[in-house]
Amino acid sequence: MRFLLDLATSFGSTLRDVAPIVLVLVVFQALVLRQKLPRLKQIVTGFALVVVGLSLFLVGLNDALFPIGETMAAQLTASNVATTENEVVWTDYIVVYAFAAAIGFATTIAEPPLIAVALKAQSASGGAISAWALRLSVAVGVAFGVSLGCFRIVTGTPLQWYIIACYAIVLILTLFASRKIMPLAYDSGGVTTSTVTVPVVAALGLGLASNIPGRSPLVDGFGLIAFASVFPIMSVLSYSLINAKLARLKTIRPPKEL
Amino acid sequence: MTVILKSLFRRIVNAVRDLAPIVIVIAVFQIVVLQQPFPNLGDTLVGLVCVVLGLALFIHGLESGLFPLGEAIAQAFAKKSSLIALLSFAFCLGFGTTVAEPALIAIAAEAAEVVALAGHIGNEASVRDSYALNLRLVVAVSVGTAVVIGVVRILKGWPIHVMIISGYLIVTALTFFSPPEIIGIAYDSGGVTTSTITVPLLTALGVGLATSIKGRNPMLDGFGLIAFACLAPIIFILAYNMIA
Repeated sequence: MRFLLDLATSFGSTLRDVAPIVLVLVVFQALVLRQKLPRLKQIVTGFALVVVGLSLFLVGLNDALFPIGETMAAQLTASNVATTENEVVWTDYIVVYAFAAAIGFATTIAEPPLIAVALKAQSASGGAISAWALRLSVAVGVAFGVSLGCFRIVTGTPLQWYIIACYAIVLILTLFASRKIMPLAYDSGGVTTSTVTVPVVAALGLGLASNIPGRSPLVDGFGLIAFASVFPIMSVLSYSLINAKLARLKTIRPPKEL
Repeated sequence: MTVILKSLFRRIVNAVRDLAPIVIVIAVFQIVVLQQPFPNLGDTLVGLVCVVLGLALFIHGLESGLFPLGEAIAQAFAKKSSLIALLSFAFCLGFGTTVAEPALIAIAAEAAEVVALAGHIGNEASVRDSYALNLRLVVAVSVGTAVVIGVVRILKGWPIHVMIISGYLIVTALTFFSPPEIIGIAYDSGGVTTSTITVPLLTALGVGLATSIKGRNPMLDGFGLIAFACLAPIIFILAYNMIA
């Protein structure tokens, strides 16, 4: 019974989220474009499936994964509270960094918008970019980012220095990257932090900031999402650079058995 | 019928594969590191079935509904070739999907609280509420503007890296003049404004436009709308906080 109630609530909030999109689409379709869309029936069915699927997905996450993930984040951050009042040793939190990396990677692989962009990239590039490879490199980026973000909260160092340094690295990688990968790489920063990643990662940040002496959840609890948004840009650009390098090596050196 | 069942089965298998890492990570940390049993295992299993089915349905709907929709609209606008219509559509889509976004509502309320605690605005509920509401409107306008700029870039074929790097420079410059309390919130806001349904629609719209306009390449010009939609809120929140 509780489950059905949850499902209805989730369905309601998903409907509320898509309402503005549907409104904009219908108004422009009726007043501006005024021509029949091809495959209208299929599009409407597909849109309905997206709403139903997303509601089910969210209700399942809320019932099954988020409670465990959040309790886990709280327990992991609390179990390591430093014994001395004002001495925080960053190495006491190795398990937290490992958990941050693992959960960042795992939630990114399951992130629906990233799946969407990866599928689109695969079809738009005619298969030159593999959806799976793109998702893996984004997930590796998020893993590094969230882990480093936890280190920052533990050490209490200013967020802006990390992010500005990341921007500088993005700038350097951009100088060497192929122009074809750039738009996709910049996009991948924004698609990673969504339905699955944000709640778990935010819980981790707030848990850390409230358990470590001298940190305030309001000031230090933020910033993990920012790390998770900028690191994938670096990892996708690096992936494409490594890929290009490997391809060049292959063409220069013919296989030995020939 | 069997074709639909087969494709649905394939999607369910993919969804299981996509969700396996989360289940493994949580199970390993729960059993090995925290050494605790699972609370309410039954509920968790029911929830997992929902997540798998939901993801499979979502991806199916994405490919049969959202992607064709984005492409059809892009083609219709390209055929109509009215710049004002396209740009106002872009603005409305960006503004409309952001202004009611629950993540943004949450982050705006938190920002008001932080700024009030730091003493930059009055700590009465009415002052905080109006700060939060204005902030939401500012961010929604910024995302609308960002999508417009992104669409113009696709039409003109401007190089994206110059624009994004300039955006980073603006963020960096604004950061030096902003109080530390707002920086974390501003940086985080870039990631939360683009929702699960907006992202596929914007991507399909961008790629569709780049495909239907002569001389544009879907890879080179089609992507990038989301990048603009993520960068603009950071700039606008920092700037708004300085002015307010």
